[in-house]
Amino acid sequence: MKGHHGISRRTALGLLAGTAAGTALPGALSGGSPFPSALAAKNLTVGFIYVGPRDDFGYNQAHAEAAAILRKMSGVKVVEEEKVAETSDVQKTMESMISLDDATLVFPTSFGYFDPHMLKVAQKYPDIEFRHCGGMFKAGVHPANTGSYFGYIDEGQYLNGIAAGHATKSKKLGFVAAKPIPQVLRNINAFTLGARSVDPTITTQVIFTGDWSMPVKEAEATNGLVNAGVDVITCHVDSPKVVVETSERRGIYTCGYHANQAPLAPKGYLTGAEWNWITVYKDFVEKTKAGEKPGQFVRGGMKDGFIKTSAYGPAVSPESKAASEAVKAKMMAGDFPIFAGPIRTNAGKEIIAAGQSYGQTDMWLEGMDWLTEGVIGSTS
Amino acid sequence: MVDQIARLPRTASPLFPGFSLDSVRRGAEAILIPVGALLATAIVFGLFVAAAGADPLETYSLMYRGAFGTWFSWQNTLQRTAPLLLTALCVALPAKLGLVIIGGEGALVMGGLVSAAVGAALIGVPPWLLLGLMAMAGMAAGGAWIALAGALRQFRGVNETISSLLLAYIAIALMNHMVEGPLRDPASLNKPSTPPLGEANMIGSIPGLDVHWGLVFGLIACLAAYVLMQRTTFGFGARMVGGNVRAARMAGLSVTTLSMITCFLAGASAGLAGMVEVAAVHGSAKASLVAGYGYTGILIAFIARQNPLAVIPVALMFGGIAASGGLLQRRLDLPDATILVLQGIAFVMILASDTLYGRFRIFQPRG
Repeated sequence: MKGHHGISRRTALGLLAGTAAGTALPGALSGGSPFPSALAAKNLTVGFIYVGPRDDFGYNQAHAEAAAILRKMSGVKVVEEEKVAETSDVQKTMESMISLDDATLVFPTSFGYFDPHMLKVAQKYPDIEFRHCGGMFKAGVHPANTGSYFGYIDEGQYLNGIAAGHATKSKKLGFVAAKPIPQVLRNINAFTLGARSVDPTITTQVIFTGDWSMPVKEAEATNGLVNAGVDVITCHVDSPKVVVETSERRGIYTCGYHANQAPLAPKGYLTGAEWNWITVYKDFVEKTKAGEKPGQFVRGGMKDGFIKTSAYGPAVSPESKAASEAVKAKMMAGDFPIFAGPIRTNAGKEIIAAGQSYGQTDMWLEGMDWLTEGVIGSTS
Repeated sequence: MVDQIARLPRTASPLFPGFSLDSVRRGAEAILIPVGALLATAIVFGLFVAAAGADPLETYSLMYRGAFGTWFSWQNTLQRTAPLLLTALCVALPAKLGLVIIGGEGALVMGGLVSAAVGAALIGVPPWLLLGLMAMAGMAAGGAWIALAGALRQFRGVNETISSLLLAYIAIALMNHMVEGPLRDPASLNKPSTPPLGEANMIGSIPGLDVHWGLVFGLIACLAAYVLMQRTTFGFGARMVGGNVRAARMAGLSVTTLSMITCFLAGASAGLAGMVEVAAVHGSAKASLVAGYGYTGILIAFIARQNPLAVIPVALMFGGIAASGGLLQRRLDLPDATILVLQGIAFVMILASDTLYGRFRIFQPRG
């Protein structure tokens, strides 16, 4: 009956091991510093913060791909953190990059990081430069060490629309969207306008999933669209992976968004609207290294190299390519306003009169709250 | 049955033992078994990071630095701890009655939404009054949300675990609907949110610390919950319901009243966390309120074995893990999921260690 002994051998060993670890551990933790801080003297350390996984085939991957290119530049050190919530978490992540990693240029890439998080941290660290993706920076209102950058990716969605317009047989297109906010509505409208430039009878059925990353709802929406006779789908959610894969499985065509999703749909992928963030980041980094202040309200489209299109897939016809390339050439020349009248909303109201047009930089477009004729769906 | 009731007061307060040696033994058991489980966690997690190609010792040393190694790291940890204290209580309090509530996220979101709506509606009243009203509104909303799950259980026999979880999804959908529709600030174009409270109406930081007052609220709530459950007639009744519902009924306790009040208090804690997120961090209600604090609270409450006092160190540990997660990503190129793996291992180890209670004779009362 071993149990009669006060302490069994195993318990005693466990206790001993516990005590030993208890005394040894703090020593191991405080002794020896694996943190070389002298390195930072010459290098520029750049911090990237992503709201989702950096290999999401979407919004975050587009930034991470550019970060990977920066990493190879000499004299640049890149630190990255993914899946950072838009709460005080991101404030602490920025501060941690600054105080523990010596980052002096920080890119919080998710829209929700701007106000209040980045603005608050920027006030606390006036010597650090912050550049935010998507926010509406206003000089004089926001801290002087902040700024924002974004791209007119609706140009890519217009080109997607041309490819979709040529590929569709049912004349029914589908758009899986996260939320009815201006940036998303602008893409839905550009896509539809592009398609209807090919055939004005084409319609786009839009489904809002309600949030940026809703894989199950995105799959349901895609299947629902295919069941309703839609034969080309694109989307505006953080990761187009689910939409593109589901469409491929259902045997319909897709147009990509954010990054290149061609590997997910080798048969049905037509083309895609991709970010080309390296243009922006390289400029910011080079200016900073040269001792200049990086731009504070930076916007650009196809001709500025902020946006690119995926290579055409096998299903794209020569006529389709020719039509796309013709429009792309005009965009590169800077004289292709997407929002040129006459444009009516899908509620029948004339929103842009004939002869009137809005250039990409027009602030009116940033507050878009309507859907163009041909879109089936509503903003609320 | 009688035996069980007689044992309750003795087993239930391990952190304030009496003067007998037996109490010390039980206290030691209640502390050493979880600590042992955490050491086992550290070993298994070490193997995991080694398999992922990182040096376990460097990993731990980085985690220590990221969580507690510098003054900044401490503040980082404390900031992340604050909401977790309150959401863990949302699980720990009903657990005393044997209820497994996992929908704290919903109560947090409702608390945030309603307090933001109240704040926006009453802007102009003095900040202290505004914040007081917002806190009450947020607690009432969160409380009502969990009380709803309690009522479904009490009056309709609906499993409270399932209903509270589903109610969380409803709360999130409702919040999204309100901030994108009726309560939307027209100026919030690409990030729909309620009208901003304004800097003057926000809860500031604790003086000398870069940590908001939510930390203090959380600590007070944990202490109050402990006193309520261990030192009052109400708490005794609640624990009796958790021990044996039929015995409690026979003793004349109102199980309905105890359940409903406890569920309300639990939801009120999470609702207060939501109010603090609005009033100290975001300045308005928006989709960013859904950050998973409610779900992390479940892990914390279970690791703390549903003891409101033990919630404090466990939440601190989770705050530290979260604070150090970034450093692991940046320095070791470990994926974000690494800290989720650590949390998961800790959870399984602690649950498994539950079977060890009473197995070691050294902890058993003599005589």
